[in-house]
Amino acid sequence: MNFSELFELSGLLGRFSPDGKCLASCVQHRLVVRDVSSLQVCQLYTCLDKIQYIEWSSDSLFILCAMYKRGIVQVWSLEQPDWHCKIDEGSAGLVASCWSPDGRHILNTTEFHCSLSLCQLRITVWSLCTKSVSYIKYPKACQQGVVFTKDGRYMAVAERRDCKDFISIFVCSNWQLLRHFDTETQDLFGIEWAPNGCVLAAWDSCLEYKLLLYSLDGRLLSSYRAYEWPLGIKSVAWSPSSQFLAIGSFDEKVRILNHVTWKKITEFEHPATIASKKTIVYKEVEKSPSVETERLSFPPTKALASSLFSTQSKYEISQVPVSLQYIKPVADRANPKVGVGMLAFSADNCFLATKNDSIPNAVWVWDIRRLKLLVVLEQLCPIQGFQWDPRQPRLALCTGTSRVFLWSPAGCVAVQVPGEGDFQIVSLSWHSSGDSMVLLSKDNCCVCYLEREEVK
Amino acid sequence: MGDWKTITVPVLSSDSKNIFQYTSERKRSPTSMNSQVLRLPLPSSKNMHSFFSAFCTEENIEQSISYIDRELTTLGFPSIYAESKGKELNLISIINCINELLALQHKNLRAQEEVEMQHLKLGSDMDHLQNCYAKLKEQLELSKREIVGLQERDRQLQSKNRNLHQLLKNEKDEVQKLQNIISSRATQYNHDMKRKEREYNKLKDRLRQLVMNKKDKKIAMEVLNYVGRADGKRGAWRTDKTEARNEEEMYKVLLSDYEQRQKQLLVENAELKKVLQQMKKEIISLLPPQKQKPKERSEDGLVLSDLEEDIGELNKENMWELSCETVREQLTNSIRKQWRMLKNHVEKLDNQVSRGHSGAWNEKDVISREDHELETEKLELEIQQCKEMIKTQQQLLQQQLTCDDETTLLLQDCYLLEERERLQEEWRLFQEQKKNFEKERRSFTEAAIRLGLERKAFEEDRGMWLKQQFLSMTADCKHSENVTTPSAFLRSSDQDNWLVKSTSQQRKPPSVLNGSVSAEPCQTSQYITHNSVESKKIAGDSMPNLWVESDDKEETGECTKSWEDSGVGTLLCRNLHMEQLP
Repeated sequence: MNFSELFELSGLLGRFSPDGKCLASCVQHRLVVRDVSSLQVCQLYTCLDKIQYIEWSSDSLFILCAMYKRGIVQVWSLEQPDWHCKIDEGSAGLVASCWSPDGRHILNTTEFHCSLSLCQLRITVWSLCTKSVSYIKYPKACQQGVVFTKDGRYMAVAERRDCKDFISIFVCSNWQLLRHFDTETQDLFGIEWAPNGCVLAAWDSCLEYKLLLYSLDGRLLSSYRAYEWPLGIKSVAWSPSSQFLAIGSFDEKVRILNHVTWKKITEFEHPATIASKKTIVYKEVEKSPSVETERLSFPPTKALASSLFSTQSKYEISQVPVSLQYIKPVADRANPKVGVGMLAFSADNCFLATKNDSIPNAVWVWDIRRLKLLVVLEQLCPIQGFQWDPRQPRLALCTGTSRVFLWSPAGCVAVQVPGEGDFQIVSLSWHSSGDSMVLLSKDNCCVCYLEREEVK
Repeated sequence: MGDWKTITVPVLSSDSKNIFQYTSERKRSPTSMNSQVLRLPLPSSKNMHSFFSAFCTEENIEQSISYIDRELTTLGFPSIYAESKGKELNLISIINCINELLALQHKNLRAQEEVEMQHLKLGSDMDHLQNCYAKLKEQLELSKREIVGLQERDRQLQSKNRNLHQLLKNEKDEVQKLQNIISSRATQYNHDMKRKEREYNKLKDRLRQLVMNKKDKKIAMEVLNYVGRADGKRGAWRTDKTEARNEEEMYKVLLSDYEQRQKQLLVENAELKKVLQQMKKEIISLLPPQKQKPKERSEDGLVLSDLEEDIGELNKENMWELSCETVREQLTNSIRKQWRMLKNHVEKLDNQVSRGHSGAWNEKDVISREDHELETEKLELEIQQCKEMIKTQQQLLQQQLTCDDETTLLLQDCYLLEERERLQEEWRLFQEQKKNFEKERRSFTEAAIRLGLERKAFEEDRGMWLKQQFLSMTADCKHSENVTTPSAFLRSSDQDNWLVKSTSQQRKPPSVLNGSVSAEPCQTSQYITHNSVESKKIAGDSMPNLWVESDDKEETGECTKSWEDSGVGTLLCRNLHMEQLP
């Protein structure tokens, strides 16, 4: 495993291009695009203000930089460095900006737009090909309000009109409304397409446990409700094969629905004590640096130097039963830190990684084929993020330390990022090939290269 | 009897320890009662003379005789007169009468004794029963109290239960109420939210108007030049046609998805069918040898035909491809049938195996089985023994631990009684032993006394002989002195003898004797010894000269030897001397 040098970064804005050739990162006003293999700067753009959001177009030809404070979106072309485009939303109050799947349209959500007499949120679809501008009215300002199918053909938009929730499905090729239907939700919180693009999951806000499944043509396929009064859904994830829908909720459980009957297959609990003998619990253990003389020559001097000054950590297998560190949520606060807040399926559908927010130091990996808990990774610090390798069942996670952790069915490993400075990794994202990943801290980023041999 | 008393009194005082022992013995042993009973008439018999003197005097002898005669005749005795009217007394009949009377007296005494004994026994029984009764009564009382207490507790618990039920009901009501409250609040909240949202929208609108009026910035896009579309095509106009096409495409997408799913399902189905088919084949290949048997049975013409059918089906492989209902039914039915057959077969095999197993066992391991049985029997016996032991231990433990319990008290009493009986038995044995010892001792004492007397006699004889020799040697002048000195000596020795006797008498407590029958002869023997000693003494007194020195020495030597033979004898002897000293 090799690491690049640390690059400056702001706002956690470091992204691999979809084709995997470039890495874009932002430093205040500047947008730096590097070649992934050599990490040499190939393009450098300067924006009008501090960049708050960047996004690659699907064909990796353009990069969108949003400056919400100024209500400006700037678009840069990788092929034509001179080409520029600036979209000014004026005082309409830009709140979100994103590419359409074709990479030629930009969808800006603005807050203050007056149409007729009422002031509503509006999505403006700017085209880079023609002068045409489309508007989508009444979008709902929610977490996942605008979603595209994986093939990029359709877009679903959550709407709020007259205190009622609707969903509109648009055809992305010409932004024509395909379906428009109301949902039986109190306060629609999020929508998500199944990867096959035929089923749309919509769920209510946490006040009510309600999940609705719509077909592409707007039919309600099924609705699922696990319980009534307590706080409900916290996170939802489709399996890449669209076979399973995992629902993480505030009751510290993950429920998995199947795609045939849309009934619950199983329920994964997240207790603080793991008693099953079949579960392996890896515990991160910190050890003081003991530099063995025979190892002195092997690592690079820099790594050695860093290892001398920082503690190392490794995994140990704990003997079950293991009780994990449980943080009792504050009952009288809104959005309590409890329940399954993060979940993700591995690319091969075989594993599901979850995190229970009241046990912030642990990641649970479930075996979907056997519907059993496989592994629990107990870290020393709270989990900041995890992501599956897009090519193989390999999970990378970071805990706000200068270590990156990898799990695969073969085992797990903790790797110290060499470097002098304090490099607290709070986010990471895999390269599309699965050979490298970018590790992001508040001020820096670095690329971590994994050898293919090591993977096995 | 008076002199007897006078002699015993000083000994009593001197040997009060022994007496205390005897009295304590008397208290314990029931035999002492008998002796007491026996003793009572003794003094009365001694006083008989005075009584008779009061009844019969010189003057009224005739009347007395006639009165007695009358009395006797009324009592059924023959007349004491020789003739019916004569005054001649028939001495023989009198004697007979007296004898009979005495016998009657004895019998009566014995009967009385027995009755008293019985009375005592009954009294103790009654006491015991009364005790038992009292105890039982107490127990009953206690049980009643307990019952009342339990009833009270039951009542309390019931009331508590009722309270809890009430509480539960209240809680349920509360829950229901709270749920209602929650739902009402939720609706209220939603309503308010909607109101707020509207208000918010209105305010936003107003703000927008106010802000926009002042500096209306142009919403615009500046772009250097429009780029081509990713697919290289030009954007199409929006028309009804496009809309229709969109619909079409959407349905196409959906259709393709469904098709794909159907294909997946078909593949899955096909695989499952393949598995089924394979299973069926395997079952069929497995069954044929057994198939013959069921065929022979009555019902299995059908099965055979089915099987044939199945085989026929099997041959038509393409039948499987028709996933129509009939085929499915056929398939499932045939599979079910075959499965049933297989199951039967397996069960049969199981039975066979188990039977064969047991048979093999029987043949092979007869001895071992017997051994086993023996062993188990032995073990069971051992277990039982152990259980009994444990039980007794538990009982003992309970007895020890739970003293306060009524039943255990009773049990304990039983145990105590049992133990007491045992102890009494032991005591009786001990007493017998003691009696034997006493007998021995008595004989020893007697022997000692005899020896002492003999020695004394011998001494006297020697003295006499010496004196005579001396007198014969010297002139016989003072005859009177010779007579007085031995007499004085004799008297003192006599006193000594009496002392010894009395001690021996004290040593032989009547209480030691068991039963009234044995008591009498003992006492009589005592008197006899007394008498014999006295007679011997008299004999010694009367004929001192006849005794030869050598003979006497021999006797004493024998005596000492016999004493020394048994340690008890020497010890007794020593005691005897000690007692003789004061």
